[in-house]
Amino acid sequence: MKKGKFNGYAKWGYIFCIPFFLAYAIFQLYPTFYTIIIGFTDLKGVAATDWHFLKDDLFANYKFILGNSMFRKAFGNTVKLWVFNFIPQISLALLLTAWFTDRRFKIKGEGFFKVVFYMPNIITAATIAILFSSLFGFPMGPVNDLLMRFGFIDEPYNFLIKKNVAQYIIMFIQTWMWYGYTMIILISGVLGISTEIFEAAEVDGANGWQTFWLITIPNIKTILLFTLVTSLIGGLNMFDIPQLFVFGGGPDNATMTTNIFIYNQAFKGSYMYNRASAASMIMFVIIVVLSALLFYLLRDKDEKALERIKKEERKAQKIRAKEAAARGQM
Amino acid sequence: MALNLSKAGAAGSGAAVTMNKKQQHNPVLKVIIYIVCIILTILSLMPFIIMMVNATRSTNEIQAHAVSLIPSKYLFNNLKILVSKSFDPKVGFMNSMIVSVGVTLLAIYFSTLTAYGLVIYDWRLKNAVFKFIVAVMMIPAQLTTIGFYQMVYKIHMTNHLSMLILPAIANSSMVFFMRQYMVGALPFELVQAARIDGAGEFFIFNKIALPIMKPAIATQAIFTFVGSWNNLFTPMILLTDQKKFTLPIMVSLLRGDIYRTEFGTIYLGLTMTALPLIIVYLILSKYIIAGVALGSVKG
Repeated sequence: MKKGKFNGYAKWGYIFCIPFFLAYAIFQLYPTFYTIIIGFTDLKGVAATDWHFLKDDLFANYKFILGNSMFRKAFGNTVKLWVFNFIPQISLALLLTAWFTDRRFKIKGEGFFKVVFYMPNIITAATIAILFSSLFGFPMGPVNDLLMRFGFIDEPYNFLIKKNVAQYIIMFIQTWMWYGYTMIILISGVLGISTEIFEAAEVDGANGWQTFWLITIPNIKTILLFTLVTSLIGGLNMFDIPQLFVFGGGPDNATMTTNIFIYNQAFKGSYMYNRASAASMIMFVIIVVLSALLFYLLRDKDEKALERIKKEERKAQKIRAKEAAARGQM
Repeated sequence: MALNLSKAGAAGSGAAVTMNKKQQHNPVLKVIIYIVCIILTILSLMPFIIMMVNATRSTNEIQAHAVSLIPSKYLFNNLKILVSKSFDPKVGFMNSMIVSVGVTLLAIYFSTLTAYGLVIYDWRLKNAVFKFIVAVMMIPAQLTTIGFYQMVYKIHMTNHLSMLILPAIANSSMVFFMRQYMVGALPFELVQAARIDGAGEFFIFNKIALPIMKPAIATQAIFTFVGSWNNLFTPMILLTDQKKFTLPIMVSLLRGDIYRTEFGTIYLGLTMTALPLIIVYLILSKYIIAGVALGSVKG
């Protein structure tokens, strides 16, 4: 049996996977453990590579980061920036998906709209960030120019020094960059649903609204979860746009994200690699726990739903059997 | 017979209802849909149009009116100012090209190779390895950058583009994608037939498996290339030598003080980084959109 499995070809399976695991060990596994270790050491300073484990308190870096008001603020900003770009992004994507997949509308130029809506996603985020900071320039940026020409404002408005406004613009940029991507993914999910279900709903007289909430949404639940998790991971790692849109965390550090915080700790000022590592690991744990939780929640619900359906089927069968029996007796 | 007839009648009326529904959609809603789509189209295109037009205008023109749809004649003037300072589009373009092409080639070849090892051969750790790859797929590499930087620094390899390219050999999400595709696309009989003809295992992979994987490779190549081309975080940490800067780092220089008042020049620098992407995107848009849609199937 064992000989059968090791039929002379099995070794090739190992050989073909060796490059992957070698590279993984060197470039990902080792850095991961190294980052974990640095979090417990005194490694800091320009060009420093020597380190010692902390003697007084092994968790001093973690305690510092968790108690640090700037880190907390950065974390709050990151969550806020993600949540308020994800909500409009998924809403807009769902709305467009409902419109584009509804056969009653037959929207012309769907292909064109897809190409245009997705375009911002393909452009370098660094370019987008600086483009928008130029567009919102003060006193004479294009946005100010347009607002004044159409009479919305009398004097140029300095967008980038108001902390709420700077946050709103970053949320807008993120939404603008990603709704097209989300829309295409959702549309492909809807197209994967069997058309018979929609036809049945139509025959039953369901309107567009009912069809969307009762048939489309439940059927693309997995894809919605996929979108949520990938967006969450990306959102908690937000760096390029806030880093380059306004410098140094923005007005009152309103656009400082955790990744900018980590970058500033490690590669600016006093080069606190140890604290940056601790902050990285805290984010690492948060991301892993959150995505595992999301997957667990959804899988659980699916299984429960399956069980319920099975139970109902069994009940229905019993009733039918009883009815049949009753009819037979009659 | 009578029963049959009534059934047909019911079906007929059902179809009539469907027809009715299809015709009586709300025309107002349809107009709203088109208006929303057109507004979104303008929102998507406008920033890039303003960028490109302003790249041809002088600072004075931009200060007088920042929005114009008519190109001016200061393109070469702006270019002269742009390259007279630290922004070097040629160097950035070459470095980005080296990194992105290297990353794409390595990721494609080795991910397909690993997937092949997981699909074609039967070995004891196969399932464990696949589970491991799925588990680590979601871990963002950005969070282990400090350890990565320290490692690279210790072996004196910062400012080497190879440190940005070689990690691409281990791309777990691409291995996953390739495996899912290969299961359906590569018949085992084909491999066995080649073996009977005396072909070696690497020969079979290179000459039979890789060509069959072409559709999957094309999709993955586009997204890997674009992702690498646009990457800012890791290059920004590893590269300090201006001659090694990739394009996104070059772009970030435009934000600095040296170009502060040269508005036209900034727009030109942005255009030079965005325009090649826009052109390539418009040429390949059909495949890219299909690729995005395909990506969701794997999830």
